[in-house]
Amino acid sequence: MIPAPFTYQRAGSVDEALSLAAEGGDDAKFLAGGHSLLPLMKLRLAVPEVLIDIGRLSELSYVREENGHIAVGALTTHHDVANSGLLGSELPLLAHAAGQVGDPQIRHRGTLGGSLVHSDPAGDLPAVILVLDATLVARGPSGSREIPAGEFFEGLFETVLEPGELLTEIRIPRPAQAGWSFQKFTKRAIDWAIVGAAVQGDQVALVHMGSTPLRASAVEQALAGGAAPADAAAHAAEGTSPPEDINADREYREHLARVLVARGLTEARSRA
Amino acid sequence: MSILGTRVVRIEDPRLLTAGGTYVDDLRLPQLTGAARVTFVRSHHGHALITGVDASAALAAPGVIAVLTYQDINDIPPPPPLPEGGPPPGSEAAPLPMGGVWQEPLLAVDRVRFVGEPVAMVLTDDSYQGEDAAELVSVDYEPLPAIVDPADALAGHTLLFPDAGSNVAVAHPAGDTAFDGCDVVVSRDIVNQRVAPVPMEGRAAAAMWVDGKLTVWVSTQNAQISRFIMAGAFGLDPDAIRVVAPDVGGGFGAKVGIDRDAILVAWAARHTGRALRWVETRSENLVGMTHGRDQQHQIKIGGTRDGRVLAYRLDVLQDTGAYPRMSGFLPTLTNLMAVGPYDIAHVEAGYRVVVTNKTPIAAYRGAGRPEATAAIERAMDLFAAEIGMDPAEVRRKNLVPADKFPYQTPCGAHYDSGDYIGALDKVLAGSGYAGLRAEQARRRERGDALQLGIGVASYVEITAADAENGETARVVVNGDGTATVYTGSSPHGQGHYTAWSMLVQSDLGIPMDKVTVLHGDTDEIPLATGTYASRSLQLGGMAVHKADLEVKEQARRLAADMMEASEADLELDIDRGLWHVRGDPESSKTWAEVASHAGSDGLVAAVHFTEAQPTFPFGSHVAVAEVDTETGKVTLVRHVTVDDAGIVVNPVLTEGQRHGGIAQGAAQALLEEMVYDADGNPLTGTLADYAAITATELPSFELLVSETPTPVNPLGVKGIGEAGTIGATPAVQNAVIDAVSHLGVRHIDMPTTPARVWAAIKEARNSQ
Amino acid sequence: MKVSMTVNGAAVDAEVPDRTLLVHFLRDVAGLTATNVGCDTTSCGACTVLLDGQSVKSCTVLAAQADGHQVTTVEGLANGDGEMHPVQRAFHAEHGLQCGFCTPGMVMATVSLLAENPRPTEEEVRTGLEGNLCRCTGYHNIVRAVLAAAEGGDI
Repeated sequence: MIPAPFTYQRAGSVDEALSLAAEGGDDAKFLAGGHSLLPLMKLRLAVPEVLIDIGRLSELSYVREENGHIAVGALTTHHDVANSGLLGSELPLLAHAAGQVGDPQIRHRGTLGGSLVHSDPAGDLPAVILVLDATLVARGPSGSREIPAGEFFEGLFETVLEPGELLTEIRIPRPAQAGWSFQKFTKRAIDWAIVGAAVQGDQVALVHMGSTPLRASAVEQALAGGAAPADAAAHAAEGTSPPEDINADREYREHLARVLVARGLTEARSRA
Repeated sequence: MSILGTRVVRIEDPRLLTAGGTYVDDLRLPQLTGAARVTFVRSHHGHALITGVDASAALAAPGVIAVLTYQDINDIPPPPPLPEGGPPPGSEAAPLPMGGVWQEPLLAVDRVRFVGEPVAMVLTDDSYQGEDAAELVSVDYEPLPAIVDPADALAGHTLLFPDAGSNVAVAHPAGDTAFDGCDVVVSRDIVNQRVAPVPMEGRAAAAMWVDGKLTVWVSTQNAQISRFIMAGAFGLDPDAIRVVAPDVGGGFGAKVGIDRDAILVAWAARHTGRALRWVETRSENLVGMTHGRDQQHQIKIGGTRDGRVLAYRLDVLQDTGAYPRMSGFLPTLTNLMAVGPYDIAHVEAGYRVVVTNKTPIAAYRGAGRPEATAAIERAMDLFAAEIGMDPAEVRRKNLVPADKFPYQTPCGAHYDSGDYIGALDKVLAGSGYAGLRAEQARRRERGDALQLGIGVASYVEITAADAENGETARVVVNGDGTATVYTGSSPHGQGHYTAWSMLVQSDLGIPMDKVTVLHGDTDEIPLATGTYASRSLQLGGMAVHKADLEVKEQARRLAADMMEASEADLELDIDRGLWHVRGDPESSKTWAEVASHAGSDGLVAAVHFTEAQPTFPFGSHVAVAEVDTETGKVTLVRHVTVDDAGIVVNPVLTEGQRHGGIAQGAAQALLEEMVYDADGNPLTGTLADYAAITATELPSFELLVSETPTPVNPLGVKGIGEAGTIGATPAVQNAVIDAVSHLGVRHIDMPTTPARVWAAIKEARNSQ
Repeated sequence: MKVSMTVNGAAVDAEVPDRTLLVHFLRDVAGLTATNVGCDTTSCGACTVLLDGQSVKSCTVLAAQADGHQVTTVEGLANGDGEMHPVQRAFHAEHGLQCGFCTPGMVMATVSLLAENPRPTEEEVRTGLEGNLCRCTGYHNIVRAVLAAAEGGDI
């Protein structure tokens, strides 16, 4: 299957990308690695009339230390995130989770920014960004703005980005607590998570337990109140609204969330 | 030393590894230059009336040559009527629609009966245009209630074929078995779920007509059968049709013969006067290619408390999908093999076949036999659990002993040869069964989250079920001393070129690298059956062997004449490929010399080899699974097998067949299922949703050797292609259930997904 | 649009529709038909090729995205003398293929895997090939072939 016809445009700079997007309006989409968008276009679930290829903006592919936080360019591929020495030592949760996305071929093309903007609640990296209290930097026609990860994901495949706005950088503070864990529960290794849990210290986020990635607030509160990990994990499904599909009903997802959070907290503490 | 039985790597591989195969989509023949592309418009409804088709927008789209519906099919004869007394109890050689009131039309006429049914054809200059234009064909549907559950089909409130008056296509009810003398009787309803074959190459065909002759290239396991099916469809003399099977990217039974989609490509090529090509997408493949399995079983097993099984009953409800393709064939085989490798006095088996609004069912690796094995191997474990005996021990007590062969079963099969207990003991020893049980006990004692399950399955299967149809071969020794084999078998990954070349080298002393093997071109090989039901070596290979021996005798006469010796004194030195007079190795003639001496007919033998009866390979598998009892996740950690298919010609090839079958069996046990919603919409219609097994879900396999010859053919060979799915599926399923049996779980239907395993554990805990 | 790339060391230029997928550019423009399409959902890996040395699924890359880049298909692996690449040789020796349809993608995924991890464990091989489906071999001999190629050390 192949995408419906579209016009391909290639941006040579962020400024050019923004001006092409402004011209294209609602009919235009940015194309980074293409591993969220092109599959949808092949199934004709997405039918943009203009694709603006930003894949060659190498200035948006980097991992670096800045003013006490780590900055990752939005176009850094999952492969490069997973293999970054800096991330491996400073943010191993992110590096590890990026290495769990899709398969090697997908990780060679797919980008961190693309994955976040796609905002699939079954995606691994949105929950990781959320648990790490990241800030997302977006550029639009009227300049740059910073969006806390907790405000970025608006709904199923929806973010707060405006049409024509481009995610350029993800800024992640050094975690206060070093212990981390990423629990991804799948039928097959290549599948999207049925449920996942990202843990950094006493912070917990859930994959595929609602229409967006969610912080497991009840768990975090219980931990803050001095609860043991196993007891805190019992609250993992509170405040969630998990979907039902051929892999799991609501009850099973809630159960998995509790098990995975318990395991994640235990593993994180073992790494602290 | 003969090359037979030695490890020979495949001669097929260098081409496939460096240039890639030439599948239908890869054909770059001059005749197909500029071939137009066919794209099918398929039903998105499970069951609906068609009230109108509007192709005007599509016809106006770029590159569109034609949009064709059933109304355009006015130039071929109507399908033949149903034979008196209904269809013959099928044969895999003819996976044809049943006809009569159950007629499967070429294109939907006034109604559609499954998602994926072809409604219209769009012909365009290229495939991109085809996909665009197909979207523009507007079909008006009036939805009808869909039948998804076979129980609803039996109820018959909605009829798929109103003229049939019922949704039951065939019925042979099981009798009432005497369970009177049994201390213990266990009954259970189990599901052998619907799976998709998923050959990596989907279906594909190209066709052109030149001067009234049709040439079709099609991805098929049987070019010759396809030719006869098309001759019938077009009302043509078979000589007016050439069918070519180029490289075929896997079949697994779902490419037996030729589907209506490919027949339509040939029809449309004549109708429009264009060369055409059709290559289905995976999304089409998952709904358009026939599915496999989909049986519901009622099993009942009874016996004594000391482990002897006295009676077994199997009732099969076959969901055959929207069109009864293979009529009662699959459940007939299930019934024939119902008793498996066991000596059970009272056995009854029956079946009913119902139509539903799903993709038609046909053969898939094992075709009725894995279902039989799954049923009785679950029954054996249920019986063992009920009497508290080790499942391996129950099997040993009931397997047909080696001194009872040949063995006539109460189901009507005539088992040729076997050592079933030997196979079981070998696999138990090879897997370290006692140690596994000890490890299991330790984990249970500790209450580990990760529990160990050990699954045992013993099986016997039938290969070359249609032995009487046989297979053809023609062997030619050419003037340059090379040989050419024209085989009726049709490879799609099995390695026929290598195996047949080995036979020639072994029989004639012509080295493998001087042997050419040709297959799948009806101009070269008009009469043949092809490949299915693990028949190739014992029929097609035996035909080559027999032709070799005939050529050899011809050569002996020629060489005797050339060397002025008596035929009885002529010897063939197989190692050097030389003829010489006994006692005088210096005076010799090469194959080139002998073949050059042959008359204009050359040195050639054509044979049609048939067997007196099918053969019955057997074996035992042990699967070891870890189950995470907190999440329900299963990991297959080991799989050990004995698969005895008689004498092995090339261990490399038989191991490959076993590996692939084990993986597909494990896939059915663990992961794969075609799922439909209540309206007949597939929920697993892409490879993102259909959980085809990957390398990550499998361990390396441990294969043990066992070779018990069959007396049925001179080489002592049986079939190996389906052993893996037949043995592995129940072994893996049994292992999963065994891992949680101490928690009170007695059964989990396949696929044993995490959700199902967790639900079973929860239910067992709640009921305790 | 005009697309130019280097395929197996040779320049290939063509005017193609903007939506042309790399796999179709390779098959229909460059005439290299070894690379197959096995699904619609970036799942099966049959179309795997190397893009600037890294494995990618060419069904999910636009030809336009590969414009100006280097592409290697299985046809380009053997050396100038026609001698097979060590990975090809290992697949042959270990019977790592049957019908051959997944093989070009599987081989290219392996070349990329071994470039990144020259001495993988069996588990790393299995995980490294998670994006490539094979329906014939049960993966057993593919895994052995990859390990044998790594063992040979001449990748």
